[in-house]
Amino acid sequence: MRRRERLRVVANEAIGPYSLLRLERGGLEPGIPGQFFMLEAPGRPLPRPMSLCQAPPGELSFLLEAVGTGTRALAETQPGDELHVFGPLGNGYRLDVEKPLLVGGGIGVAPLPYLSEQLGNPPAILGFRSDWHAEAAVLVPNAESVVEPTLVTEPLTDLVTQRYKVLACGPEPMLQAVRELAPDAQLAWEAPMACGYGACYGCSVEIDGVLQRLCVAGPVLEAA
Amino acid sequence: MILNASGCLDALEAPEVARALDAFVTKTVTPLPREGNRPVRIAETEAGMLNSIGLENPGVEGLLAEKLPRLAELGVPLWVSVGGFAASDYAEICAALDERAEVSTIELNLSCPNVEEAPESAAEIVAAARPRTGKPLYAKLSPAATDLPETARAVQAAGADGLSLVNTIKGLALDERTLEPRLGHELGGYSGPALKPIALAAVYQCYRATGLPIVGMGGVSTGRDALEFLAAGARAVALGTVLFSDPEAPGRVRRELAEELAARGLAQPGDATGLAQAGGTVTVA
Repeated sequence: MRRRERLRVVANEAIGPYSLLRLERGGLEPGIPGQFFMLEAPGRPLPRPMSLCQAPPGELSFLLEAVGTGTRALAETQPGDELHVFGPLGNGYRLDVEKPLLVGGGIGVAPLPYLSEQLGNPPAILGFRSDWHAEAAVLVPNAESVVEPTLVTEPLTDLVTQRYKVLACGPEPMLQAVRELAPDAQLAWEAPMACGYGACYGCSVEIDGVLQRLCVAGPVLEAA
Repeated sequence: MILNASGCLDALEAPEVARALDAFVTKTVTPLPREGNRPVRIAETEAGMLNSIGLENPGVEGLLAEKLPRLAELGVPLWVSVGGFAASDYAEICAALDERAEVSTIELNLSCPNVEEAPESAAEIVAAARPRTGKPLYAKLSPAATDLPETARAVQAAGADGLSLVNTIKGLALDERTLEPRLGHELGGYSGPALKPIALAAVYQCYRATGLPIVGMGGVSTGRDALEFLAAGARAVALGTVLFSDPEAPGRVRRELAEELAARGLAQPGDATGLAQAGGTVTVA
């Protein structure tokens, strides 16, 4: 059940170029891996959608990359600060998968630690822009990391022949490449969102020519 | 009275938010279904946001057949926002809505900044719609009109029962790095706190010009904002952008407004209407 509460920042830890924002959980439920929360971005008119990264006891944590005004404001929060958080929202991954394989690219690793935990730490392939970015691989057990120019599709090409079922999150070009190799993959997409709960109609993504409101249809969609 | 601004809430996805309102206003319905504009559709700016949704909606048949019966189950009065690309579109939809008991009020969206407008003037559209329905007709106007009070008087003369002020205003946001438009549709409708003074001016002027009941909207985020819209001449306020950051805004704004009114010894919201007008409250016909 989604709720909105003001949560206290426990810690804001740097992992490579990313920030792991740890919040007290309050009365919020962690939800299903792949679901997301709207986090108040201090000083900004709109909150920002963030998928849950980890759900340790009493906490919710979010991995973010300070690339815009909102994520920069979130990356600068200090322990003791309080933020309105609303969630969990949207549809997460289906977890009834026999032989899961996690695939993440860049900040798309964000939902994978919680997903990995819920699935019993299956193998994972992570792709990053640089060795510095690849420091985030420490969050995902059983992960093989590749750094550009090597792409996740390289190790993935071998593994999909072994009947692995792919659960992926990453930039759109990566998702498009993954679905070509693994047509039945579950893919977590990304779009700018104003509300996260179907109100604004702003997060529509065009997939195969069809527009879908990502916050209510996704963010996890079946590839096929 | 607290409503949502059209297009800022999907009552079927968030019924708990809709039930906290005094009336729910639908997203604008057009004669035929519309997929809306290609992404990117929203962009936050320093003091608000731009949208270019492009009137995504199931079309009037889809609304009447599928959505209206479900919306009626919410137990909240329903306002239907009507759009079109010619005066006859508005007239036809109003005629179809007139037969439906679930609809309490019709709002004519005469000012969507994201689609081609009908060639007729706002007053001509109201005049075309008026004989087709006995339901209250509210005209939603753009603050960008050259002479908004004159437009308001014209729609009043054409038979509008009230005004919804204001719609978004055209804006542009550029990408930090590439300097290209951030929206797929390039220009969008600007909303949020920055719109408030513009909207207040519109309410203030149109109240003096017409005395019509006004739903004030544009950057209403707090009870204090709501009080100011009432003082400028509004009978009700609508929440838009604030619903995106705070789905609990209807209850919160209602509580805050009650506190604001009580602090001024005002018994009810209607007692605040028009207080800002220099000549005192305008007598409403």
